[in-house]
Amino acid sequence: MNAIDVHGLVKRYGDKTVVNDVSMTVRKGEIVGFLGPNGSGKTTTIRIMCGLLTPDEGHGTVLGYDLRREGLLIKREVGYMTQRFSFYEDLTIAENLAFVARLYKLSPVKDYVDRTLADLGLSSRRNQLAGTLSGGWKQRLALAACIMHKPKLLMLDEPTAGVDPKARRDFWDEIHYLAGDGLTVLVSTHYMDEAERCHRISYISYGTMLATGTVDEVVRDAGLTTYLVDGPKLERLAKELRDRPGVEQVAPFGASLHVVGSDEALLKSSLADLSTREGVSVRRGETSLEDVFIQFMAKSKDNMQ
Amino acid sequence: MSRILDFGRLSALLVKEFIQMRRDRITFGMMLGVPLMQLVLFGFAINNDPKALPAALLALSQDHYSRAVVSALENTGYYRFDHIVRTAGEAEALMASGEVVFVVTIPSDFARRVDRGQNPEILIEADATDPSVASGAISTLGTVASQALVRERGTSPDAAEQAAQLQVVVHRRYNPEGISQYNIVPGLLGVILQMTMVMMTSIALTRERERGTMENLLAMPATPLEIMLGKVLPYLVVGAVQVAVILGASKALFGIPFVGSVILLLFAVLIFVSALVLLGYSFSTFARTQMQALQLTVFFFLPSILLSGFMFPFRGMPDWAQWIGETFPLTHFLRVIRAVMLKGAALPEVAFEMGILALFILIYAGIALLRFRRTLD
Repeated sequence: MNAIDVHGLVKRYGDKTVVNDVSMTVRKGEIVGFLGPNGSGKTTTIRIMCGLLTPDEGHGTVLGYDLRREGLLIKREVGYMTQRFSFYEDLTIAENLAFVARLYKLSPVKDYVDRTLADLGLSSRRNQLAGTLSGGWKQRLALAACIMHKPKLLMLDEPTAGVDPKARRDFWDEIHYLAGDGLTVLVSTHYMDEAERCHRISYISYGTMLATGTVDEVVRDAGLTTYLVDGPKLERLAKELRDRPGVEQVAPFGASLHVVGSDEALLKSSLADLSTREGVSVRRGETSLEDVFIQFMAKSKDNMQ
Repeated sequence: MSRILDFGRLSALLVKEFIQMRRDRITFGMMLGVPLMQLVLFGFAINNDPKALPAALLALSQDHYSRAVVSALENTGYYRFDHIVRTAGEAEALMASGEVVFVVTIPSDFARRVDRGQNPEILIEADATDPSVASGAISTLGTVASQALVRERGTSPDAAEQAAQLQVVVHRRYNPEGISQYNIVPGLLGVILQMTMVMMTSIALTRERERGTMENLLAMPATPLEIMLGKVLPYLVVGAVQVAVILGASKALFGIPFVGSVILLLFAVLIFVSALVLLGYSFSTFARTQMQALQLTVFFFLPSILLSGFMFPFRGMPDWAQWIGETFPLTHFLRVIRAVMLKGAALPEVAFEMGILALFILIYAGIALLRFRRTLD
């Protein structure tokens, strides 16, 4: 049985279709990254799957429960971490945890709260108001609160936005540790390095699912060719290359340019004259996930128009 | 000039303010619709000299003199004899429950005394819990009744003299000295409870929504009923404290008599407060912001205070205004609390009004649960 198995989800607000025929399958114990530009429908899709929104069309199961009819059962076994900190800022850390523990009928409440505080390393600050915590600590508290009831599926909506790299790494270590215990995780993110930490990724844009698979699969299936161009006056060179046939992306990375195109032969011939220039070198490079995503975004924008 | 007041900058602020005003539909509607509605509503409804007050007639003799007096009283426009009763007990019950404001008793020997010129008497009992209600009706009474008798007996000077000896005995019941605080202070209990209870609970859900905690609350396994009860029950405790303070103060500061059952009163308060907190909670399912919730509260507060019989005699309003008044819990609570505190009414006399209050609980809870979304749609 898959942890998430949904098909043809559609959500409209007025005449705007926010989620358009999205299907998704997540196996048990998998960590799936959910990527896409701002406003692409990630949050809406996650909210549908944890029962916070009713889809206009589509069906499926989450943890084996029917998406439309068994919302309350889904809520009991899913942990959902919202994008914005949504615990009570005027309650202390311990009071927030106790509130959550009671709602999930965890007993004895005190044991759960004490253990969670100890795991977090917040035992000494238990009586501090949650609103006074820094961003990184709020995020850790929110994660701890939504795994306290031992959910089978964790949905995280941009959990690491605005968090420093060290906290981010600790966070991902924790996610992998939990997945090792059999927890299934769906996490939305904008960060490429985080996408690469996932077993699989799904890319959504303007409400439409564009790609699904491992990072390597997604990169390979995109069928892009990348050349690295080094040389003097890169900015002028970049401007020149953008207008050449077959060149779809030109982006500076450090001292070289990534030149990306989907037609390998055309791209190769467009760049052929460069190697004759003084100080300029052209070589084949690895296509990165970011290159693929930029390509996706450009393409789906075309589709919109 | 431009340092302190620059018209370009000022106009930027003004334009922004007007745009925001227009976006907030509820506020906009309140600014335009509410004043007009209030003007019409209150202008036509409120009447300090109430006419056509419900009265009961206890006529122990059926003679032409009695009929003459009764029709003369009706012709003043102040009295409307809805009930013809046979015993003093029936009349007493009608007055205790507030169904009639007056009981006019014409004794069995009335006609004989008129004929013999033996100082005929009629008794008018007025519900003086609200002293202003009965004052107009009572002041016109003596002359009108005498003149009716004069007409009925003929025009001889002898007859006129005898008829003029008519004695009208007026009993101001429950509040013989006509102290208006007896009426106002118990009413204030209802008004104060209404204001605080509805206001506090009307922001219940909007506060969660504005602070972003609603999404998390909904993602956890709490049912709509649990959330509703969790939001309103704490305010029953707050209400209990208020009731204790107000009742204590009304005794200590104003010396308001308390003749009825305390248990019955507290039971009525419990029903009333339950209805109020659920009303406030259902407001919070409509309002999107705390500001809108407070506006809804005020929008509700003003007509209920003016049309409930708290500030102006309920019976003095035109029928349509009375119908509107009936839709406010406060109206029914005022009847119960005045009946119990001042008239010593027991459960049977106030059961109907308390039943209506209980009905408000069901209606408001129903609205709130229907309006409440388990989702963020």
